[in-house]
Amino acid sequence: MIEIAGLIKRFGPMTAVAGLDLSVGKGEVLGFLGPNGAGKSTTMKMVAGYLAPDGGNVRIAGHDVETDTLEAQRQIGYLPEGAPAYPDMTPRQFLGFIAEVRGLSGDAARNAIAAAVGKTELDPVLDQPIDTLSKGFKRRVGVAQAILHDPPVLIMDEPTDGLDPNQKFAVRQLIRAMAPEKAIIISTHLLEEVEAICTRAVIIDRGRIVADGTPAQLLARSRHHNAVTITLPPAQAPLAVSRLKAMPQVANVEETTADGVASVTAYPKDGALLIEDVSAMAARENWDVKELYAEAGRLDEVFRSITTHDAIRARESRA
Amino acid sequence: MKSMWAIFKREFAAYFATPLAYVFIVIFLFTMGAFTFYIGRFYESNIASLTVFFSYQPWLYLFFIPAIAMRLWAEERRTGTMELLLTLPVPLWATVVGKFLAAWAFTGVALALTFPVWITVNYLGQPDNGVILASYIGSLLMAGGYLSIGACISAMTKNQVIAFVVSVVVCFLFTISGAPLVIDFFRSWAPLALINAISSFSFLTHFMAITQGVIDLRDLIFFFSLIALFLTANIVIVDLKRVG
Repeated sequence: MIEIAGLIKRFGPMTAVAGLDLSVGKGEVLGFLGPNGAGKSTTMKMVAGYLAPDGGNVRIAGHDVETDTLEAQRQIGYLPEGAPAYPDMTPRQFLGFIAEVRGLSGDAARNAIAAAVGKTELDPVLDQPIDTLSKGFKRRVGVAQAILHDPPVLIMDEPTDGLDPNQKFAVRQLIRAMAPEKAIIISTHLLEEVEAICTRAVIIDRGRIVADGTPAQLLARSRHHNAVTITLPPAQAPLAVSRLKAMPQVANVEETTADGVASVTAYPKDGALLIEDVSAMAARENWDVKELYAEAGRLDEVFRSITTHDAIRARESRA
Repeated sequence: MKSMWAIFKREFAAYFATPLAYVFIVIFLFTMGAFTFYIGRFYESNIASLTVFFSYQPWLYLFFIPAIAMRLWAEERRTGTMELLLTLPVPLWATVVGKFLAAWAFTGVALALTFPVWITVNYLGQPDNGVILASYIGSLLMAGGYLSIGACISAMTKNQVIAFVVSVVVCFLFTISGAPLVIDFFRSWAPLALINAISSFSFLTHFMAITQGVIDLRDLIFFFSLIALFLTANIVIVDLKRVG
């Protein structure tokens, strides 16, 4: 549904997007990750037809965004960064305007608005100026506007930004429910969101894709992937550390002590499964184990290890 | 066409969504009245015509019209709704024209509300209502010209104050380009053809010709082509901003 090929965007001397290739099919929810300034929003703006690329092209359901703009834009529901909406309008007027511009009228418009309002739970504020709404409602007005015409392609820039945990949950449910019928790209800073709703995660840095895979595949790149932690009395910790180090599948062991309890973490070699061997050892050695758990991995760690800090990036781009 | 109508309606309603429209209309009517009756000495002249009323309009429009036009694009840019507007499946020309027509219609409403002046002059004497009608049409055309300039300049910035000030200056140049002050400046060195060209851009000249009661095709073509020119520039400017 979405095909991005060799996409380039420059702002003066700075290259915001440096030759991006990506294709997203129906049923995929692609989580777009990256540090601030990595080119996420710029890419989404080009996909939606707001910014003109300096190179490459974007096709939406076969329609080139630059040459067949209107047809491509008809296929897209777009939530811009910050969920802008006309502050003096009420959600009812605003959604009415969007419906009319999108060529819906009469019953079709009424039904589309009712469905979007229902899905985003906007009922209580329908006749209140958008200006006076809370951040959560404003964001949902933006989401409602994007899904109004039931588009096959959804591009949403931080759809859950500024929402409280309940609202985040609701919007994620909504995205998950729509996912089978659509090709969806969302950008986010919330790594748990990627694990919660995305079928695929793409990390970009300095305008380039640096990782692309399912959330599980990205997690497997984490140092903590399959790492096992046991907590036990400090007196037993030194022995546990030396025994764990002696295990052939263990790459490294770390120990920390807090509140009179020692935590010993064993990191596996090549993502080997340790949990069974470690728990067998603990039983054999009769350690007073309080907790014993394995980790799937930490996405934030993967994120940090493959992207660059903004200050470094700014320094380099100036050089 | 349908989407242009939707843009037009939203933009027109936006004027009335805030006190802006009402404040504007009240001050516009009050100023018009003050200039006509007090400064223009409408009663003392003892002539049943609205010549005085219309003669002040170019100068009042100079400030009032940029105030209407300044928000057209600058506000969209500032609030970020520009991104929303330009990613809707609407041709850019339809968005530009829809917005312009909404502002023009609003000006038309304000102008129409000066009707008590017309009633007054008809009550007091027998004015030539044909001339008055022509003058109103001319006034609306001139307002359209100022508006197209203001809309175009509004598209260049996200700052409404800058949009206003620059528009006033540009509109001023278009207003006085036929005045002796300007022509004398060019007369000493410029070829006659250029001087004629410059003076032919004067809003004053074309508007005053219409207020004589004669709607000349040349004056109509002047205002319509000027509007078309600035709306085209408006489209180009918005499109250029997409390039980044």
